[in-house]
Amino acid sequence: MRRIISVLMENEPGALSRLVGLFSQRGYNIESLTVAATDDPTLSRLTLTTEGDEQKIEQVTKQLNKLIEVVKVVDLTEGAHIERELMLIKVKATGAQRAEIKRTADIFRGQIVDVTPSVYTIQLTGASDKLDAFILALSETAILEVVRTGVSGIARGEKVLSI
Amino acid sequence: MELLSGGEMLIRALADEGVEYVFGYPGGAVLHIYDAIFQQDKVKHILVRHEQAAGHMADGYARSTGQPGVVLVTSGPGATNTVTAIATAYMDSIPMVIISGQVATHLIGDDAFQETDMIGVSRPIVKHSFQIRHASEIPAVVKKAFYIAATGRPGPVVIDIPKDCTLPADKFPYEYPAKMKLRSYSPPARGHAGQIKKAVDELVLAKRPVIYSGGGVVQGNASPLLIELARLLNFPVTNTLMGLGAFPGSDHQFLGMLGMHGTYEANMAMHHSDLILAIGARFDDRITNNVKKFCPNAKIIHIDVDPASISKTIIADIPIVGAVEPVLTEMLAILKQQGVNHPNAEAITAWWKQIHEWRAYHGLRYAPAAPGEMKPQQVVEMLYKVTGGKAIITSDVGQHQMFAALYYKYDRPRQWINSGGLGTMGFGLPAAMGCLFAHPGEQVVCITGEASIQMNIQELSTCLQYDLPVKILCLNNRSLGMVKQWQDMQYEGRHSHSYMESLPDFVKLVEAYGHVGMKITDPSQLESKMREALAMKDRLVFMDVYVDPAEHVYPMLIAGGNMRDMWLSKTERT
Repeated sequence: MRRIISVLMENEPGALSRLVGLFSQRGYNIESLTVAATDDPTLSRLTLTTEGDEQKIEQVTKQLNKLIEVVKVVDLTEGAHIERELMLIKVKATGAQRAEIKRTADIFRGQIVDVTPSVYTIQLTGASDKLDAFILALSETAILEVVRTGVSGIARGEKVLSI
Repeated sequence: MELLSGGEMLIRALADEGVEYVFGYPGGAVLHIYDAIFQQDKVKHILVRHEQAAGHMADGYARSTGQPGVVLVTSGPGATNTVTAIATAYMDSIPMVIISGQVATHLIGDDAFQETDMIGVSRPIVKHSFQIRHASEIPAVVKKAFYIAATGRPGPVVIDIPKDCTLPADKFPYEYPAKMKLRSYSPPARGHAGQIKKAVDELVLAKRPVIYSGGGVVQGNASPLLIELARLLNFPVTNTLMGLGAFPGSDHQFLGMLGMHGTYEANMAMHHSDLILAIGARFDDRITNNVKKFCPNAKIIHIDVDPASISKTIIADIPIVGAVEPVLTEMLAILKQQGVNHPNAEAITAWWKQIHEWRAYHGLRYAPAAPGEMKPQQVVEMLYKVTGGKAIITSDVGQHQMFAALYYKYDRPRQWINSGGLGTMGFGLPAAMGCLFAHPGEQVVCITGEASIQMNIQELSTCLQYDLPVKILCLNNRSLGMVKQWQDMQYEGRHSHSYMESLPDFVKLVEAYGHVGMKITDPSQLESKMREALAMKDRLVFMDVYVDPAEHVYPMLIAGGNMRDMWLSKTERT
C-alpha cells in the first residue's frame, strides 16, 4: 500500500543524507521525496512516499524516529489528509492540437505558464493520481518533458505536526 | 572564562567527561590534538599498532565497564581503519566515541591528502555523527556525543574534526555543559504501566514459560533484577550469546545459551513454551531459525529500550518499550504486591521435569578425544576449572567462540566479551587489552583460534609497551573451523580455503614480541601448563593448544527449520 510519511527534522547539514541512507541501507523504497525548511528555519519538513504493508511501515517509522535529528514522524495515510504535487509539463502544441491541449489543461485546472509557437509549458497541481491522469489524457506523442516535485502532505483538521 | 584552542578544548572536554583512556594513533590531521594531549596528564593515551585495534580496545573497555570507550585517529586511512571496529560496536550496541581528524575545512572536497568523507563512510554504522565546523562548538558536541552514545540503546558516535578547528593559536572561551537535552532525542525510560501489568498477568498464568534475555540486560545493568524475577517466578532462563553472564551460568535455573549453537534444553524449551519473556534481546536470525516456524504456541512479551527492535522479526503480543531496569523493577513490585500465586504451579513443576529430561538427554556431551589428542571443549572446560570460573573471557569469532560460550560458565555480567552481532575476527586480543585497562590485576583470558589471532596480532607489541598480562588461549586446529564445519555439512566436505598451511611458530612469534609462548600438544600436560601460564601474573602468555581439527560445534539448528530442529552430533539429529 502507498504511504505518505511526514517527517519534522532538524535543519542541519547531513540530516537528509542520514534519512536517505537509512532507506537504502534497510532496503526500503522511496518513491518521492520533498524537503524544505519550515517557518522555523531550524526545522525541515519532509514528505516521502513509499510502499509497504503495515509491519514494514511500522518498522520504517520506528527507524526514522531513531535518527537523532528526527523530531517527529507521522504516517499521513493513517488519517484524513491533503496531498499535493506540482508538475511542469512541456508539450508539443501546433495546429489544431493547441486548442485541444488548452481545453484539456483547463479541465484539469492547469495553467499554461510558458508559450512558444510550437510548445506549451503547463503547470498542474494536485494529488499524484490527478497528475497521472493528466499525463494519460494528453496524447503520448505530445509530451516533451515532465518534471514533478513529489508529494507534499498535511493532515486535515486540527491535527498539527510541530514540536 | 578560560581561553583554549580547539585541540585543548577536546582533551579538556574528555577529562571533564571523566574519560580515563583514549585509544589512538597519531597522524597529520590530529597533530594539534596530540600536542594538547602531551601537555596534560588527566587523559591517558594508549598508542596502538593499528587503528582497528584501538576501536576494539575502546570497545572492550566499554563492554567491561559500561562507560563509553574513546578512540582518537587521524583522517583518511586512520579513520577508515576504525570502520570494522565501529560496525562491531554498532551491532552490539556498545557506547563509544570515535574522534577522527579531518583535513582543514577549506580543503574538504578537494581530494586532499589523507581526506576521506568519514561522516559518509561511517553513516550506516553509527548511532550518530558530528562534523565540527568551528572550534567553539567542540565542548557542546563532545557532551552531546557522550550523551547520545551512552543513553537509550547505546552505540558508537563519530566526531570528525577538521585540522583548522584545532589550531593552537585560535583560542576560544571554554565551558563544558553540565547537562544536555536534545529536542529531537529522548530515549525511553519507564515502560507503559498498563502493558507491564498486562505482562505480569500473563506471567503468572503461564504453564511452560521461558525467560529469553539478551545483551540489553547486561548493558542495562539489570542482572540482579533478572535473577530476582526468575527466582520469584521459578522460571527457566536462557541467554543469548550477548546476554551470557546476566544470569549465572552455573545456576540450576539456567538452560544455557539458545539459538544456532544453543543447548538442546534451551532450544527445546523455547520451541515448546507457551510464554516467552524476551528481555533486551532482538530475535535475530541466529536465534529464531525460520521465523515462520518460530515457537508456534508461545505468547511473546518483549521488553526493549529500542522500539524498532520490537516486532521487527517476531511480532510481540505484549510490547513494552523501556529500559530494562525500570521495567523489571516495576514488574517485580507488582508481583510482590499481589503475591506470586501461580494458578498453574503444578504445570510449572511438570515443565521443570520436562526440562530436566532434555538436559539429561544431551547436556553438551561430546565424543572424548582419541588418546594423545585434545578436544577444544575439554580445553575450555579446563580453563574454567583452573580459573575457578572467575576470569574475564574475551573471544574472537568461529568455533572457539562457540566453545567458549558453551563450556565456560559465566556467573556475572560483563565477564564474557565477544563480537556477537558483527562476528569480527581479530576482536579478542584488543578487547582483552581494553578489559585489562579497565580492570588492572584481574585475570583476563582471550580464547582465540590460530586464524582470528593473526588478524590483530600486531597488538602484542602494544601489550609489551603497557605491561598488559593478557593470557591468550589459542585453540589451534590448523583450519578455519567454522567455515570447515559448514563445508563438511553442506558442501560434501570440500574444504575450499578453510585450512592454513605455513602457520607461524607462535611460540617464537610471541617471544619476538617479548612475551612468553607455550606450545601444548600433550593432553596430560594441559592442566599443569595452563596453571603455569596463569601463575605468571605479570606476563603475557600465549598458550598454543593443538586440538582436534575435525571437531564440530553441536547442537546446531538445521537451517529453515524451527528451534526444535537440531543436529546433536555429526550423525544424530532431532
